[in-house]
Amino acid sequence: MRAFKFSKAADAGNAITLVSANTGARFLGGGTNLVDLMKEDVMHPTELVDITRLKYADIKKTGGGVQIGSTATNSYTANHETIRQEYPLLSMAILAGASAQIRNMATNGGNINQRTRCSYFYDVDMPCNKREPGSGCGALRGINRNHAILGWSEKCVAVFPSDMAVALTALGAVVNVEGAQQTKRSIPIGDYHRLPGDNPEKDNTLKQGEFITSIELPENDLADHSYYLKIRERSSYAFALVSVAAALSLNGSRISHVRIAMGGVAHKPWRASLAEKWLAGKDATEENFKAAAEAELKQARPLEHNKFKIALAKKAIIRALQGAMAGGAYGLHDKTDQG
Amino acid sequence: MSETGKPINRIDGRLKVSGKATYSAEFNQPNMAYAFPVRATIAKGKIASIDDAAVKKEPGVLSVISHKNAFRLKPLDIQAQMKAGAAFLGENLPPLQSNIVHYPGQFIAVVVAESYEQARAAAYKLKVRYTVEKGATDLKTELLKSKKPKMFMGEEAQVNEGKAAASLASSTNRVDHTYSTPVEHHHPMEPHATVALWENSDQLTLYDATQGVGLTGTIAAYFFGLKPENVRVIAPFVGGGFGCKGLWLHTLLVAMAAKAAGRPVKLALTRQMMQTNVGHRAATIQRVALGTDANGKLSVMRHHTDSYNNLTEFFEPSGKQSLVLYEAPLREVTYNVAKLNRGTPTFMRAPGETPGTFALESAMDEMAYKLKIDPVEFRIKNHTTKDPMKGHEFSSEFLLDCYRIGAERFGWSSRNLEPRQKRNGKYLVGYGMATATYPAGRSASSVKVVMKSNGDVTLLTASIDIGTGTYTVLAQTASDALGVPVERIEVKIGDSALPPSPLAGGSQTTASIHPAALEACKLLRAQLAALATADPASKLNGRKPEDIGYADGKLFVTADPNKAESYTDILKRAKRNEMEACATTQPISGAGLTIPGALCTPREIPADQNSDIKQHAFHSFGAQFAEVWVDEDFGTIRVTRFTSVQDVGRIMNEKTARSQIIGGVIFGIGAALMEATEYDKRWGNAVVRTLADYHVPVHLDVPPIDVHFIGKPDPHISPIGARGIGEIGITGVSAAIANAVFNATGKRVRDLPLTPDKLL
Repeated sequence: MRAFKFSKAADAGNAITLVSANTGARFLGGGTNLVDLMKEDVMHPTELVDITRLKYADIKKTGGGVQIGSTATNSYTANHETIRQEYPLLSMAILAGASAQIRNMATNGGNINQRTRCSYFYDVDMPCNKREPGSGCGALRGINRNHAILGWSEKCVAVFPSDMAVALTALGAVVNVEGAQQTKRSIPIGDYHRLPGDNPEKDNTLKQGEFITSIELPENDLADHSYYLKIRERSSYAFALVSVAAALSLNGSRISHVRIAMGGVAHKPWRASLAEKWLAGKDATEENFKAAAEAELKQARPLEHNKFKIALAKKAIIRALQGAMAGGAYGLHDKTDQG
Repeated sequence: MSETGKPINRIDGRLKVSGKATYSAEFNQPNMAYAFPVRATIAKGKIASIDDAAVKKEPGVLSVISHKNAFRLKPLDIQAQMKAGAAFLGENLPPLQSNIVHYPGQFIAVVVAESYEQARAAAYKLKVRYTVEKGATDLKTELLKSKKPKMFMGEEAQVNEGKAAASLASSTNRVDHTYSTPVEHHHPMEPHATVALWENSDQLTLYDATQGVGLTGTIAAYFFGLKPENVRVIAPFVGGGFGCKGLWLHTLLVAMAAKAAGRPVKLALTRQMMQTNVGHRAATIQRVALGTDANGKLSVMRHHTDSYNNLTEFFEPSGKQSLVLYEAPLREVTYNVAKLNRGTPTFMRAPGETPGTFALESAMDEMAYKLKIDPVEFRIKNHTTKDPMKGHEFSSEFLLDCYRIGAERFGWSSRNLEPRQKRNGKYLVGYGMATATYPAGRSASSVKVVMKSNGDVTLLTASIDIGTGTYTVLAQTASDALGVPVERIEVKIGDSALPPSPLAGGSQTTASIHPAALEACKLLRAQLAALATADPASKLNGRKPEDIGYADGKLFVTADPNKAESYTDILKRAKRNEMEACATTQPISGAGLTIPGALCTPREIPADQNSDIKQHAFHSFGAQFAEVWVDEDFGTIRVTRFTSVQDVGRIMNEKTARSQIIGGVIFGIGAALMEATEYDKRWGNAVVRTLADYHVPVHLDVPPIDVHFIGKPDPHISPIGARGIGEIGITGVSAAIANAVFNATGKRVRDLPLTPDKLL
């Protein structure tokens, strides 16, 4: 960690002004990722602006859904009655992430802005285009068991680590941001994170100084049939090998709406549009789930060590849809469930 | 009732849970500075230049030390070090003495500053240029150039080389497979840390997170050219060791930094440094072949290990258990050892047996299945009551009871011989088992006991409690040996100024220090009895020593217990403030660890009191039983229950002993299912660098663990009868789990850990 300037923002305008004025400045929320990255010398901001005291921690109903504040903690959000009842998928996804201690510190804005856990990114002695553009991708021909099977480029094969963002993607969330001179933007979650392309140093489309004020969750009819499934190497406090957020609504046995997003497979939460398209209007049968999973994963390109993720992702899509059918949180859980 | 064996709480437990137990990094000194090391970024080569100009401009920087300006330590000289008892370094590389780089992450410089943060920030500014050489980073490539080591820790390394082939070829039944285990890291909860403090230029104090204060002091004295008695090492509490807290380079480095800065200096390793600078368990590739006759009796066992080392002669001795378990007329155990430019491998909880039992006990399961014999039956059929190589009887051995009791407690009889027979919802359910074993030993150790005239007792020895319960069980032993309650007994350990003891390693601490403690207490009682019997004012006057008994802080006439006198009265009347006695445990000949410092004499336990290695083989045994649930869609494995039955001699404290076995089993679950450090062979760097990637079991991964002790005292290990228990708990665990996975799924995974990708 290197020396940096620290201030506590008086209000959002003040925070935005400070961070906009200095390209080396960063907002500091719970710090559960940024501080680690500073300790490892991966990031060395010259200035941190503490935003945890700003009044953006509410979770409130709006006309068309629910608005969750950016500085609310992950724990508060996951356990909030409205979220549990109306967006159980989001609760499940948040609670599948990190550890209780980290969730108590981490903010919602910080969660969707967290950076990849690729160890080539973390090890400053290794090449990494995300950390140091032009230095090469260490993982592309290195140890890439945990890396992307979808949407990667020769420049970067890292995956995005958040569980929460996978659920937000399935739920079609919108990220509200405010920049300098009170310019406001609303970014659909699918456009918020990026695929690496030629600029893996950019995780998302947020501009320097833009501050996330809230995340909107549009109303839906999916709450009764949603499920977040996370496959990992131990029962908690591990990033996903593959995760699937699945939600659907039914008209009899027929699927009227379906949302599927995957984590652990790409540089951004991966909306499984091909699978969704395949399932729309069809019967909710295992056979159809399987065909949908096949349709989605047809485009997958494995790396040397992660071919297993393709089979795993297919099975996970099927199981997550079955979980959603069975009533989400109340359907598949038993004490030995990996989810 | 005897205190020994009771499941009493740790006497240091309250200090630990209230944060009052002081660990190495907490011994802050007045005017203390902080050191942060700079590490090599290449696997092999030379440092061409170091430019510290920018570092020196950073705020708070006091000193930048590299090979160019470092204090010249005494050079490596194994013979001279052996003579001085200073040979046992984690790696043979006195720090900052040359510009040669042997592995990525090697300490190549250290920055000393007023604060930790300043030292760390300044360290980034050091400019280092290298002349890079091609490093040896790929085990399979380097094995082509590997050597066959002649010796391992004083034993022949290659046993019956080449002799098994013919017998295997003529065996009725044969299994022959290759098993592999990955690099594992110790990661005790407490990271390594040292505070170094010089007084004048010849007195050094080290507050050091170490498994052996005497060992650390002796090695530091050697390399700084000091008298051993002028180096004091203090470690009252150590937050886990598992083998990685011998002497590693940071301890010397911080003493060099303190010398250069002329101030006390603290150096605490980061978790990332613990992945490279304090040892690891080397990866192994093991080929195990077994042959049996038509009746399922083993005719031959062959166990070959490919592994590597770097900067020491140590290599992972994974053939060890294959020289001890089972009756087989012929066994061949061999090793090939390559050299890699990777941090140096070292001892890690049950070195050898942990990966070795995975291979052997998997092979035993494969053979049992081939023979269509129950795996427990197959082991019983091939049980040996003697050390198969040396022919000695085991000092005490109840392995058959372990199998029988374990099978009963676990409900083994409901297991199907054929795999894939048991389901629970979407899970396949399987049962597996394996034999556990670990050698026992006893090293020389001195323990002093002091009794004050108020009856308070203090026990003193330079042993270490790495979390195992040494404080507590010593108090229990003394309580019985003196008839004084545990609450009146203070235990002082973890200081090289105390009577010498071996390092806490090799599961030897209990067997080594308790005979001395027992004898010292006995000597103390004899001195008290001598005072009383010679004193006309005492009720014991004129009695013979053999007529005197003791209980409840008193001596009494055995034939007439009313004739009694308290210790305090005896001492007060004799106008003694305190009385002390010291005794020394004799090592098992040829098997003891090196003991730094002067053992107390002449009050040694007679050598003939205990049998030695020429008459008996000293080993602990156990049986491990696992149930797993496998989700075949995802390849995820859950260990749902575990039974561990252990034959480890007498149990000193049922609670701390149980914790050791539970901890060992959890360690084994980690090894079986998730622990592995992978390296990028292009650069030799570890790509698993923190506890976020180096997965160890979380609570939810740990099932109910049923631990049962046979509890029969070993009559030969010592008058106490306790063998060690720190390591045996992990042995056999990964095989039991892998065997259960086979029973569940019909898939045999021979490559640890059993991560989901391997079952898909």
